[in-house]
Parts: sequence; C-alpha cells; structure tokens
Amino acid sequence: MKSVSRIDELLADVEAHLKDGVLQVKEASEKGRPIVGTYCTFAPWELITAAGAIPATLCARGEDPITAAEEHLPRNLCPLIKSSYGYALTDKCPYFHFCDMVIAESTCDGKKKMYELMSRMKPLHLMMLPQTAEGDVARSAWRSELDRLKARLEDAFSVTIDDEAISKRIALRNRERMALNSLWELSRLDPPAITGREQFLISEYCEFHFHKEELVPWLGNLVYQIREAYDQGERRVGKDAPRILITGCPLGGAQKVIHAIEDAGAVVVCYENCGGVKELGFLVDEDRPPMEALTDKYLNVGCSVMTPNTSRMDNLKNLIESYNVDGVVEVVLQACHTYAVETYEVRELVRSTGRPYMSVETDYSKSDIGQLATRIGAFLEML
Amino acid sequence: MLTIGVDIGSVGTKAVLFDGDIVDRHLEPTGWNPSEAGHRAMESLLKRNSLSPGRIDRVVSTGYGRKSFVEVDKAVTEITCHARGAHFMDPEIRTVLDIGGQDSKVILLDDQGRVLDFMMNDKCAAGTGRFLQVMATLLEYPIEEFGAVDPDGEMQKISSMCTVFAESEVVSHLAKGISKNAVALGLLESVAVRASSMLGRMGVKPVVGFTGGVSRCPSLVSLLEGQLNCDVRTYGDSHYAGALGSALIASEL
Ligand code: SF4
Ligand code: SF4
Repeated sequence: MKSVSRIDELLADVEAHLKDGVLQVKEASEKGRPIVGTYCTFAPWELITAAGAIPATLCARGEDPITAAEEHLPRNLCPLIKSSYGYALTDKCPYFHFCDMVIAESTCDGKKKMYELMSRMKPLHLMMLPQTAEGDVARSAWRSELDRLKARLEDAFSVTIDDEAISKRIALRNRERMALNSLWELSRLDPPAITGREQFLISEYCEFHFHKEELVPWLGNLVYQIREAYDQGERRVGKDAPRILITGCPLGGAQKVIHAIEDAGAVVVCYENCGGVKELGFLVDEDRPPMEALTDKYLNVGCSVMTPNTSRMDNLKNLIESYNVDGVVEVVLQACHTYAVETYEVRELVRSTGRPYMSVETDYSKSDIGQLATRIGAFLEML
Repeated sequence: MLTIGVDIGSVGTKAVLFDGDIVDRHLEPTGWNPSEAGHRAMESLLKRNSLSPGRIDRVVSTGYGRKSFVEVDKAVTEITCHARGAHFMDPEIRTVLDIGGQDSKVILLDDQGRVLDFMMNDKCAAGTGRFLQVMATLLEYPIEEFGAVDPDGEMQKISSMCTVFAESEVVSHLAKGISKNAVALGLLESVAVRASSMLGRMGVKPVVGFTGGVSRCPSLVSLLEGQLNCDVRTYGDSHYAGALGSALIASEL
C-alpha cells in the first residue's frame, strides 16, 4: 500500500477546483455568451446550449438569504424555494447575477408562484409543465412547450437553433450522463470505492463545470483512476458499512443528511434525487428526431409533481436492487407537499422489497443536526 | 459481568448498574455539562456500591449527550436503548410510548426487544413533559396533582397544541370562569390525543408500554386507554429504561 492515498489526492484536486464554475460563467458572460439560469431538472439543457447559451443551475443551497426571502414569501414554504428567491433578491448568487434569462417551470405551487415575483428581477420564461407524463394530451402539450422555449431562446439571443445543433448537444450531454453513471457505479462495488459524500462532491463539481467537452474526458479519467486504486486494494469504506440509498427532495442545502448517515458508520451508495440519477441516469434517444426525443426524456423525469409518478417508483425499485442497498432514507424538505405525500407510496415500495425505510423532514438550518443524528443512528442500529 | 448504562438526557442523567439484573440506579440533573453529569452519575453508583472503576467491565452511553461522554465502550441511540430497556422491564411490550421532558417517541418492538420501526416528534415541545410542566405552573398545580385530576370529571377542550397558544387559551378559559380541573383535564386530553395519533400512524401493537417522565400521570394513562381502546402499562422504573437498555447492551458487547 502506498503511504499517500491516491484517491485522497484525486479528491483534493476536485475540491480545490470546486468554485471554478463561477469564474467560467463570469468569463463567458464578459465575452458576450448568454447565461441562462435554470431551477429544475425539467429545463432541457440541450436546447439551451444549442442556442449558444450557458445553462447554470440556480437551485440554491444556502440558508443565509432565507430571512430576506421571508420578507416576500410565507415562512412555511420549502427552504429550496425561499433560498432560491433569497439569493436572487439579495444578489448574492454570482450565477443569478450573470443570468440574462431565467427558465422556470410550473412544477410545484410554491415554485410557480415564487417565479411570478422573480420575474420582476430578470427576464423569465415559464415552461408549462403538464401534471402528468401519461397520455397524448400531456405529451403534445410538453412538446409544444419545448417549441415555445426554443422560439424564446432564438428570439432573445438572435440565433436559430437547428436540429443538427440540438443533436450535437444531445450527444455531448449523453456522454456526460454516461460518465456520471460510471462514477455512480463505483458505489455498486462492495464496499464502494468512494463514500457518498465524495460522490456528491464530484457530481456537484460536474454540475458547475460549464465546458463539458473538457469535463467528460476528465471525469472518465478520474473514475478510471479511482477504480484502479480500488483494484489495487485501496479501501475508504468499511466492509460492513450498511449501504443506504437516499431519495426525495433535492439535497443541495440538506447535505447534513448525508453527513449524518456517514458519520453514523453507513455509506450512501445511491442518490435518487435531482442532480443524481433522477435525470442524469437516463439518456436521450439519439436515433430519433431531437425535439421528439427531448420531449419524452424530460417528460419522464420522476418528479413528485407528476401524477401519477410511475417513473420514479419503477426507477427506485431498480436502484434498490442494482445497488444492493440495505436501507432507504427519504429526505423531505419542510413544507414540500408533493414529496411528503409520496412518502407513503415510497415506504410501501421499499418495504415490499423487505428493506427498512425512513423519511426525515428537514430544512437548511443547523437546528436539527442533533435530532437527525439520533433518528438516523437509530435507523442504522435497526439494520 | 458488571456493566453501567448512562442515559444523558437534556434534563436528567440516569445511570444503571447491572449484573444481569438492576443492581442500583441513580438520577442526577444534567446541567450545562453533559459529560460531567455522566461522570458524576457513574461515580455515585460506584461509591454507593463500594466499587472501584476497574470492577466495571463495560459502559455504554445513550441520550442526547451520548457522544460527549467519551470514556465509554460504545454510544448507542436512545431509540435502541429504550427498546431494550422496555423489553427487559416487560417482555410483553410490542409498542413503547415514551414521553420525556422534551421529546416523545413511539417504538415498535419484536419479541426480542429489537426495534422494528420508530417515530419521533418534531422540534417543538408540544405534548411533552415540558408542555405539561408549563401548564401545571400556569394553573398553579403541583405537577403530581395536575397529572392526577379526575379523568371522569368535566372537561374543557383545548384546541391549540403549541405551548404558547395553549397558554393564552388556558388564560381565556379561566377568565370565563371555567374550573381549573376542567382545563387541566382538557390539557391532558390534548396530550393523549396527540400521542394516540402518533401511535395510530405507527400502528399500535399490544402490549403498549408507556415510559418516560410523563408516564407518571395516572389520569393521562386512563385518557390514553380510552383513546386507544386498549391497556396501557406503566412501570415504576420507566424513566430508567434508556439507561437500563444501555447497560444491557453493554453486557452483550
Ligand atoms: S424535485 Fe421536481 S421540481 Fe424539484 S428540481 Fe427536481 S424535478 Fe424540479
Ligand atoms: S422540494 Fe418540493 S416544495 Fe420544494 S421546490 Fe421541490 S417540489 Fe417544490
């Protein structure tokens, strides 16, 4: 065994570059590249980039601007919505600052009403999401929403987006998705090659890296090197660490849950959340007309705002098996009704596989860290 | 084998000396320094039983201060410890309702005292010992009398569960001339309703064992039985359930 861990070195490098995204966006913006902020997984990355713009995720993660947001928004709203709005309001998010346009989606009620207020600050395009992914009516509605977005982007940035450009972007994004999949698959190993925290760190880095042509080979290489170190015997996770899958609301500001799980001796092996496999785990069909393929791909994001949300349940079942998980922890952000109601179905599903399930409700504050440690600790002691 | 279990709660620190059965127990206020309280509790047990620290084979800690108390062999969460402790006190228990000073929990057990599922209340103090204490003070009842008002007496329903709102509701009822007894009964009933809805969500399996400080309110127990339509057992040593469970776990390490 080498004295300095190879994987430690690799991760230290990722960490050192975590904030590069801000610089990339600043530079691009100064060179006149349009920046488009997105809040949700339904925003089609491929269309935005085909317009020559840079899509930056704005789904905010910090607790700080929530107080400011509460001057306009009700207190018992999900922290993600308040944080997003607060960052915009206080101009503390560099990504929002550089945005030329914001793409919003009529997902949950809180978000869509918040966007009305946000439209006072930036040009905002609202995509009307159908309430279901099933049936022709919903599909054709979403199809025309993609057309409407395309027209808006063309108009705003004086470009024409042709099918070829979209196809190229689909291919690039698919390559990134595949590379991410290979990163996640490191956790199919037993024990996993890296911890869930480390996995999260790398995927956050990828999310905020805007030169995907560079990112994809870099990520491929990183995964290769981690795998090599693992094969040579480097172990970062104990053999007996229980394997946990996290599902539910986006985790951005609630990473304390990951920490609580791993501090108690378990390891997170899979994230069925936005930013994890929920969207990026699925490729866009490259053999079909691009706009058609994009329609189906994004319509089937397994989000709880859809009724029914069949694709999430199917996916969850698969992930539970293929990552060989010992237990499922669902994270529900305070006041998120759609995910909170769906916990009932998720619980049933997980239990039907004979595994224990727990849901934790939390927000972005530090006030419940002790309680989380107890709840999660007790859950793990049950396994 | 001689073990000690230490349960460092937010209000009280409990310790149990165990040799396959309870040898001795000790309770002490936690104060501002949880690890200090853990030490004091252990020392008292040792001194009272003329034991040197070397005689103790293992120590397990639990409770909110479990991690700050480092001289232990293991820290285990209070859910697991309560379950084991309750099972030791009464092996027939399948559902534990534990209402302590600041939180309440429901734990489902199997026949070995292992946790099958559990639920904890959220951050606020509604329905906990703290809530009852504030209300007893407001009504100028000693806590024992408050917990023992006649459960068949006249009752004034209280609609707020939030401690602050319930307080103003109580004041307004008293101002209208409603009797202290009726108000007290209404408050206890609201705690019973809350507890039974928590139990309902978990699915009550008999026998139900009620532990924690609040289990020492006899009228609450009978209100609960009415709500749940089944027996609710209480135990003299029930506030030591967590410490007992940790001592038990220590003996099996
Ligand atoms: S959870 Fe649903 S609404 Fe939230 S970001 Fe993901 S897809 Fe969008
Ligand atoms: S977490 Fe829930 S409430 Fe918050 S934005 Fe997403 S869907 Fe809406």
